[in-house]
Amino acid sequence: MTEPERQLVMDERAVAETIARLAREIVDAIRPAETMSLLGIQRRGIQLAERIADEIESLTGERPPVGSLDITLYRDDLMAIGPRPVVGQTRLPAGGIDGRTMVVVDDVFYTGRTVRAALDELSDFGRPARILLCVLVERTGRELPIRPDFVGRFVETAHGERVDVLVPELDGRMAVERVTRGREET
Amino acid sequence: MIPVSTYLGKDLIGLQHLSSDQIRAILDTAEPFKEISERPIKKVPVLRGKTIVNLFFEPSTRTRVSFEFAEKRLSADTVNIAATGSSVTKGETLVDTARNLEAMRIDMVVIRHGASGSARFLADRIPSNVVNAGDGRHEHPTQALLDMLTIRDHTRRLEGVRVCIVGDILHSRVARSNIWGLLKLGAEVAVCGPRSLLPADIESLGVAVFSRIEEAIEWAEVLNVLRLQLERMQAGYVPTLREYNRIFGVTRERVERAPRDLLILHPGPMNRGVEIDSDVADGPHSVILNQVTNGVAVRMAVLYLLAGGAPERAEEAKHGG
Repeated sequence: MTEPERQLVMDERAVAETIARLAREIVDAIRPAETMSLLGIQRRGIQLAERIADEIESLTGERPPVGSLDITLYRDDLMAIGPRPVVGQTRLPAGGIDGRTMVVVDDVFYTGRTVRAALDELSDFGRPARILLCVLVERTGRELPIRPDFVGRFVETAHGERVDVLVPELDGRMAVERVTRGREET
Repeated sequence: MIPVSTYLGKDLIGLQHLSSDQIRAILDTAEPFKEISERPIKKVPVLRGKTIVNLFFEPSTRTRVSFEFAEKRLSADTVNIAATGSSVTKGETLVDTARNLEAMRIDMVVIRHGASGSARFLADRIPSNVVNAGDGRHEHPTQALLDMLTIRDHTRRLEGVRVCIVGDILHSRVARSNIWGLLKLGAEVAVCGPRSLLPADIESLGVAVFSRIEEAIEWAEVLNVLRLQLERMQAGYVPTLREYNRIFGVTRERVERAPRDLLILHPGPMNRGVEIDSDVADGPHSVILNQVTNGVAVRMAVLYLLAGGAPERAEEAKHGG
């Protein structure tokens, strides 16, 4: 197999600027801001949600509660896939989800199946007033009638390509890269 | 994806033949499953449409209920079969019983049986996943896993932790599974009990032996106190229960004299005043109810891992975005 080819889509500065812009869009869209909670999808959605929360704090003076959601057990392909995916922790934001405006944060929006799973899981936890979706990257390949409300960057991708969001906590640096071939880590 | 080296295969029969990585994978998988039992809706759709038979040839409340909760919280459909009131009492063999169940299209069997090796015997003859819930004196793997998870919750590690198993080691599948599992994860293991209730070759497993409970308490960080089955007295292994309590009982006085804070485990059901005093069982060092809570999470993890597909399909398991 050939070495996967990595092509930089966004560098650290571009990611930081995009996160700041997403935070502004979220603050503009959700009023009053106190009703808002962020929910990062395991794994890289969590680091992004924390950064967006930091930006929202610097805009409004108030940091929204942040939680994490692992959707593994709600995947629609769980019975079809091989040895089990590692299950991460789910931790709802302080204040719960009932009656709140939930902003679900993920790194890459692709087929829509992760979000479908997240919506199913959230409805087992309670009834938010509203659910919005924020992603750093939207790429081609949607398979369900679901689309994000806040998009950092749209990336055109061919079949067999993928988009990696790298975060310092897990990858040592912040960037977005387009990758041809190579196996995806989940 | 969990590494292919930690794939459990079709069945969970015991810990003796598992690798440390496999055992660690089960314990690590149990962590996120703990939280599911704290949710308002204690259910995830992992085993939706799967049918699990709990086949119990020996009486059990805790283990059977724990498995049943684990199965239901994973959305499986479950059937309980107890030895009494089933065709088992009419002389049907184990394999016939299982084959009849298979003919009704089941996916997993959880088996508790008085004969050592029965779980393996069954697993080799049916295509369903088999989970050993205790077979004779052989193994009770999920009990040892929940014991290890409970210890790890409190000590943060298992490497180098000194665990002493107290009581009837000879007849205990819980002791056997604990010894294998703990040693593989790097714990130091000792046993303490009357010589009549220790296997003759116990040292060959790599465990230390204490004949006095005071010495065991002096050494250990964790005591796993086993139930003294009352029929052992009738069989002449111990003279009287009072004598057993006087010599081997885990009493408050003994625990208070320990040089460090002890962690006290007991797989239940307890004989209060025999192997363990109520003051200890209900005291600050006891994690006996934590064990019960962890039991559900460990069993959910085992069922989740076993129900997964074959490792050669791992390539397909790409993240769906």
